[in-house]
Amino acid sequence: MAGGVVQFVFAVTFVMALGCSIAMLFAPNAVHVALFLVGAQIALAVAFLLEGAQFDAIMQIIVYAGAIMVLFLFVIMLLGVDRREALVEPLRFQRSLAAGLGLLLAAALVYVGYRSVNLVVGGAGSGAIEAINRSPGNTQGIARVLFGTYELPFEATSVLLVVAIVGVMVLARRISGAQAREAARAEQEAAGREEEAA
Amino acid sequence: MTSVPVEYYLALAGLMFAVGTVGVLVRRNAIVIFMFIELMLNAVNLLFVTFARMHGNLDGQVLVFFVLVVAAAEVTVGLAIIVSIFRRRASADVDDVNLLKW
Repeated sequence: MAGGVVQFVFAVTFVMALGCSIAMLFAPNAVHVALFLVGAQIALAVAFLLEGAQFDAIMQIIVYAGAIMVLFLFVIMLLGVDRREALVEPLRFQRSLAAGLGLLLAAALVYVGYRSVNLVVGGAGSGAIEAINRSPGNTQGIARVLFGTYELPFEATSVLLVVAIVGVMVLARRISGAQAREAARAEQEAAGREEEAA
Repeated sequence: MTSVPVEYYLALAGLMFAVGTVGVLVRRNAIVIFMFIELMLNAVNLLFVTFARMHGNLDGQVLVFFVLVVAAAEVTVGLAIIVSIFRRRASADVDDVNLLKW
């Protein structure tokens, strides 16, 4: 690929990712925020491709822009789309303070990133990823690392997912009538005990 | 293949992370705050991929995979919490959740 093309694609990616992120800040509607987030994630997937991370780019689109954002939109629909955020500031100066501190954080992160370029000592260098992608290929290379060095953490993620499934089922279940009455009675008894103590 | 210097990728990741932090601080809707947390996770993913390229091995790209799994688990649990808060209070505004009891 010609160098100019790569630079042009990266420039488009940069503007799209950062523009969508900043647009998220100012979109009043939650659905618009979600759509801008999808835009930022797709732009990041292109950035992953430019850096030779093909597997991660596809996973980014399938899992993040696909599955996770569908979940978000589903919950937004469930809770009502037409709610708008109140524009009043509950805390005074909160927004201006947040903007100022955010600019400071951005400056600090960019500076640290700029300095950290020189901190990488050793390693195979930037050409090595392209060599791996040619042979044995990105996905095969990731599989070797994932099922070699990181096999135990990989197994642990399955436990994490089971815990998440059980947790969601407990949190999101709808209480049946009898259970609700039972809970209300227990709450009243607790309130009564509190009054007696007081 | 000539490529863009890594500094630009690191700058993009840092700026996106900062935007995500400001969004968490400024917005009031719990779902929107959650989406900004996702933006911050995405920015960190970009950092991992960039550092993988700098070091010339695939460990960073594998870590992106783990971040993806943790984010999926976190989103399901977090959205379930928001739904159950909404059932009790009929609002997803974080300012309405001001009592540490039911």
